[in-house]
Amino acid sequence: MRFFLAALKRDLLLVFRHRNDIINPLAFFLMVAVLFPLGVSPDPAFLSEVAAGVIWVAALLACLLSVDGIFRGDYEDGSLEQMLVSPEPLLILVLAKVISHWLVSGFCLAIISPLVAMMFFLPSEGYLALILSLLLGTPTLSLMGAIGAGLTVGLRRGGVLISLLVLPLYIPVLIFGAGTVQAGAMGLPIQGYLALLGAILVFSIMLAPFAIAAALKVSVRS
Amino acid sequence: MLEVKNLFCERDERVLFANFSFQINAAEVVQIIGQNGSGKTTLLRILCGLSDAYSGEIYWQGNDLDEVRDQYYLAMLYVGHLAGVKGSLTAEENLRWMMQLDKSLDKCTIATALKQVGLYGFEDVPCHSLSAGQQRRVGLARLYLSSAPLWILDEPFTALDKKGVKEKEALIANHIEDGGSVILTTHHDLKIPGQTIRPINLGEVDRA
Repeated sequence: MRFFLAALKRDLLLVFRHRNDIINPLAFFLMVAVLFPLGVSPDPAFLSEVAAGVIWVAALLACLLSVDGIFRGDYEDGSLEQMLVSPEPLLILVLAKVISHWLVSGFCLAIISPLVAMMFFLPSEGYLALILSLLLGTPTLSLMGAIGAGLTVGLRRGGVLISLLVLPLYIPVLIFGAGTVQAGAMGLPIQGYLALLGAILVFSIMLAPFAIAAALKVSVRS
Repeated sequence: MLEVKNLFCERDERVLFANFSFQINAAEVVQIIGQNGSGKTTLLRILCGLSDAYSGEIYWQGNDLDEVRDQYYLAMLYVGHLAGVKGSLTAEENLRWMMQLDKSLDKCTIATALKQVGLYGFEDVPCHSLSAGQQRRVGLARLYLSSAPLWILDEPFTALDKKGVKEKEALIANHIEDGGSVILTTHHDLKIPGQTIRPINLGEVDRA
């Protein structure tokens, strides 16, 4: 546990020193939200209809954009090698890195999402559903994205490959996430959707760290 | 301490070594010699468990390396080409993290280690504003902290000044006197006071 906290503290300190890493996904998220109505139609009735889908797609792409860098810095300066020759468990370290990634991507997105929802004229009943679905869905995005990031960290240009690898895994989260918001906006019960998102999250917390650790070992050792 | 049997390694369809066996005993310095591209770094990475691209057996204290990996990592210190130093963290933060990763870095305090490598007064400076040699020194401060018996050092003297190299050589001599062993590669003319260096020449190993 002490090691987990030390790893989390180090990663958050690194993010704090490179503030661009936080701002990038958030700026992307906001830009999509601002540009979409300009490009399509500013009609409130239309926007509130597509809000759930657009906000979730923007959040998903913002996560995907930032997940590529989750191990890259450590790989390039040799820190990752030191982590692999450490007697400390790699699983704990990987979990700490994913959680710190989520805190600066998914968690921040969930916090500013009501602002975006307002720009899309989302009915106010949908706000809670939006925040809860992002809070439950984005950690899964970080976990699954980290598997792709681990597999491609040794490649010079992993960016395209990581999207190909990870996007199919993101689709269920997108469907249930956007579904939650739509149901919420129409005043329908959302517990069923949230339970599904939660189940996907529990499943990926259990299995993804093993896959990420194995992916990192493959990338470094081959 | 460390025994390698029948090592075979191939890279890009070029055999680097075949039927390669050697061992490293307690209290000795082994220098891996060879031209650029002869596989020095590859060999050290294999010994650290950072490469799976080989066949053959490696034993640590008589046990198969795969079975005693955790013990081995506690007893081994690896300093690679890349120092593993984060540019945006200060020297002290970097070393504190390294101590979290490796519990055998417990011989002295961070302040003492930084003083020894001549970075006294630089502990609060982010490493990216240090010079290349100073960054190298941050990575090498681990040698002062380490109580691990086996050191695996890949080109440890790159970017160091003459005085820095002398100090590290004296440190290696100390480590040997305490019963530790060192396996390293360097293009520098290595002189360890009071010790003979056993060379392993990769230019002379089997390639068939």
